[in-house]
Amino acid sequence: MLLKLIRRPSPSRAMVWLSPLIALALTLLSGVILFAFMGVDPAGALYAFFVEPLTSRYGWGELAVKATPLVLIAVALSIGFRAGVWNIGAEGQLILGAICGGGIALLFHDIEGFWILPLMILCGIAGGMAWAAIPAFLRTRFNANEILVSLMLTYVAGLFLSYLVHGPWRDTDGFNFPESRVFNASATLPTILSGTRLHLGAVMALAVVVAGWVLIARTLIGFQVKVIGEAPAAGRYAGFSVRRVIWFSLLLGGGAAGLAGLIEVAGPIGQLQPSISPGYGFTAIIVAFVGRLHPLGVLFAGLLMALSYLGGESAQITLNLPLAVTGVFQGMLLFFLLACDVLIHYRIRPASASAVKPS
Amino acid sequence: MSASPEPATAPLLELRGMTRSFPGVLANDQVDLSIAPGEIHALLGENGAGKSTLVKMIYGILKPDAGEILWKGEVTEIPSPAFARDLGIAMVFQHFSLFDSLTVFENIILGMDAGEDSARLRRDIAEISARYGLPLDPDRHVYTLSVGERQRIEIIRCLLLKPALLVMDEPTSVLTPQEVDQLFETLRQLADEGMSILYISHKLAEIKALCSHATILRGGRVVDSVAVDQETPATLAAKMMGAALAAEPEPGERVPGETRLALENLTLDAADEFGIPLRNISLQVRGGEILGIAGVAGNGQDELLKAISGETRATPGAVRIDGNDCGHLGPNDRRMLGLATIPEERLGHGAVPGIDLTGNGLLTAFRRLKLATRGFIHWGASGRFADSVVERFRVKASGNRAPADSLSGGNLQKFIVGREICQDPELLVVSQPTWGVDAGAARTIHDALRALAARGTAVLVISQDLDELMRISHRIAAICAGSVSATYRVGDVSAEQIGLLMAGTAELDGVEAVHAA
Repeated sequence: MLLKLIRRPSPSRAMVWLSPLIALALTLLSGVILFAFMGVDPAGALYAFFVEPLTSRYGWGELAVKATPLVLIAVALSIGFRAGVWNIGAEGQLILGAICGGGIALLFHDIEGFWILPLMILCGIAGGMAWAAIPAFLRTRFNANEILVSLMLTYVAGLFLSYLVHGPWRDTDGFNFPESRVFNASATLPTILSGTRLHLGAVMALAVVVAGWVLIARTLIGFQVKVIGEAPAAGRYAGFSVRRVIWFSLLLGGGAAGLAGLIEVAGPIGQLQPSISPGYGFTAIIVAFVGRLHPLGVLFAGLLMALSYLGGESAQITLNLPLAVTGVFQGMLLFFLLACDVLIHYRIRPASASAVKPS
Repeated sequence: MSASPEPATAPLLELRGMTRSFPGVLANDQVDLSIAPGEIHALLGENGAGKSTLVKMIYGILKPDAGEILWKGEVTEIPSPAFARDLGIAMVFQHFSLFDSLTVFENIILGMDAGEDSARLRRDIAEISARYGLPLDPDRHVYTLSVGERQRIEIIRCLLLKPALLVMDEPTSVLTPQEVDQLFETLRQLADEGMSILYISHKLAEIKALCSHATILRGGRVVDSVAVDQETPATLAAKMMGAALAAEPEPGERVPGETRLALENLTLDAADEFGIPLRNISLQVRGGEILGIAGVAGNGQDELLKAISGETRATPGAVRIDGNDCGHLGPNDRRMLGLATIPEERLGHGAVPGIDLTGNGLLTAFRRLKLATRGFIHWGASGRFADSVVERFRVKASGNRAPADSLSGGNLQKFIVGREICQDPELLVVSQPTWGVDAGAARTIHDALRALAARGTAVLVISQDLDELMRISHRIAAICAGSVSATYRVGDVSAEQIGLLMAGTAELDGVEAVHAA
């Protein structure tokens, strides 16, 4: 039987905010079924996945450590998504940020100085922006689709990092492991809570949440982003430049992703490795949508997604479940969220048997 | 209903108690209607009165919630347009479904059942087009045809089916006055031969000229069913709108002012393959006058408005506001020179659908009224500005937080017009100011434009509604295929003469063109 989607005249505004919670409930329900099929006690598995990681102070610290890059990137991406600029390549921009910021750490490895960390941060941001500038240029100059360009550049960035740590930047005293030298103290983000790995980056992420909120709610550029995303013709009529908004969105997303990458290598990791992110740049896309493209929502969604990373590790350790469970949970959450969103805006009707000729 | 005389013959089509609701609206409420063979029956009503819903039920596109359709005296259910066509109901839509890149003949045969004999079809087309005064070359490509010619294809398509009932949905909104006369002759001939015609319109003069009976809808209900020759346009209008509107004032005397807007040889290539290039447009608008530009849709109106507003840039010297060359300036720099513009499309161009009235007020006023400074928005002042527009133009909205798409078309148009007028422009350019709005809102908008001109503002009105332009303008010109004709004093030219200009005549013989008021 064919189904037809019919647009609802006035989608419920309350449901727009309830849909992430419904999606979460459906994800948990599906998780129970999934665990049952795998022969694992569902209650125990859910406990290991969602509760156990938060039973210690260290666990809470880890939650913030994982949430930091997600929130940082997702706040910036959500502003671009509001404008209809689909930057899918934050993962690559994150890697470039790590390379550029980390490069500074390696360059000044033998020097101590208070200025090294700020310089790394600036270079990290610049690196992410430069990587995002490529799709921005191609989109505004040749109308090339930024989804494809930014996504493909992610793999280029990953291979570039791999080349660096296998080749020129490999630690000569590192027993031939593909890793750079470990950054010195001046090039490392200070920990802010003893007994955890919680670092200064978490504070930066909170600042970005506030800044994102101000940008959306109070500034003209935030308003422009919204107008261009909703009605480009009205934006041009108002005198807003679509081109400028595309550049702004991509550079903002790229800069935030670059900062996140730098924070990862200067914080929890402390050096450059072939893999520096478990896909934060991609997960941040889910975070942005689960958070309803609003900075405050993104903060909560980021914490939830961070928990799914911790839960996956915890389930692996205590229940011997594969780490892929994390990806499954993240995927289900996005799937159910999108499904809920469709049902908020449309109702489903069986399509009538006789084809109606469009007028 | 009241003074409806019984038709002599049994009705061809009879509707009883037709009811159809949509979420939140009762579009048709117990509608009765009856059409005799050979009758030209008007379905009269304002936008949103429920005319389209009713004909969609007749043509099998919508299913009625209640009510019955009697075809030749028998209760009939019409489940699909194909079924309606088999019964003998044909419909000419307001929007044509034609392939531009195919020829007339190819378009017609595509709509036929497979296995149609193409030689015979050709003969039939030639015969119909000769017999009913619908001249059409079957081998022309559709994209080379005028809108009036395209409509002929649709009519011939319908006539090939030899229908008993022809439904025409607002057929004249895209035609010049000459083309309207031609169409009416065809329709009268068809009616004389026994075909019934259901003619949907809100133009009273046309209904007086063409139809014998009229069913008048208001708010989804039949308010009256009348013999047209017993009515005057004023009584029809009163029934259609529910309350008689006072006559609009004459344009009146004006204080000739300085030239505010001067276009000089404005020439612009089309932005894309669907656009219209502008060719050598020269005109001036002075303070205190209203210049009307008539034209059939799709002749470059949108392109002209965008070239003036700054959404597209022009060559140096082509656009001057108060003598300042501003071809290279963007919309906001031009607004600072005193310009305000109102595009034709309300949702998506003049206003952002999902953004509230405060934001939509800010949209064009942020710079001129300093609602945003140093990159930050003053929401308090913006809200007060939106409130003042809502109050001054009596916009029906739940407040300044109401999203633009929650307003009715007329109220949103009042808000957009009000937003521009409340910025005290010295030059206002407006396209289709009253398209699709109810008579009350149209009146409010016309009065506002007159008041603005009386205060010394130069006003340029681009419209497809010739009656509107004749009522409010001091001078008038027409746009056709991207060129603008000479301009004339409104009192010096007739509707037919403007029809010639709309069809592409650059200048009229024997009438003095005036370049300024």
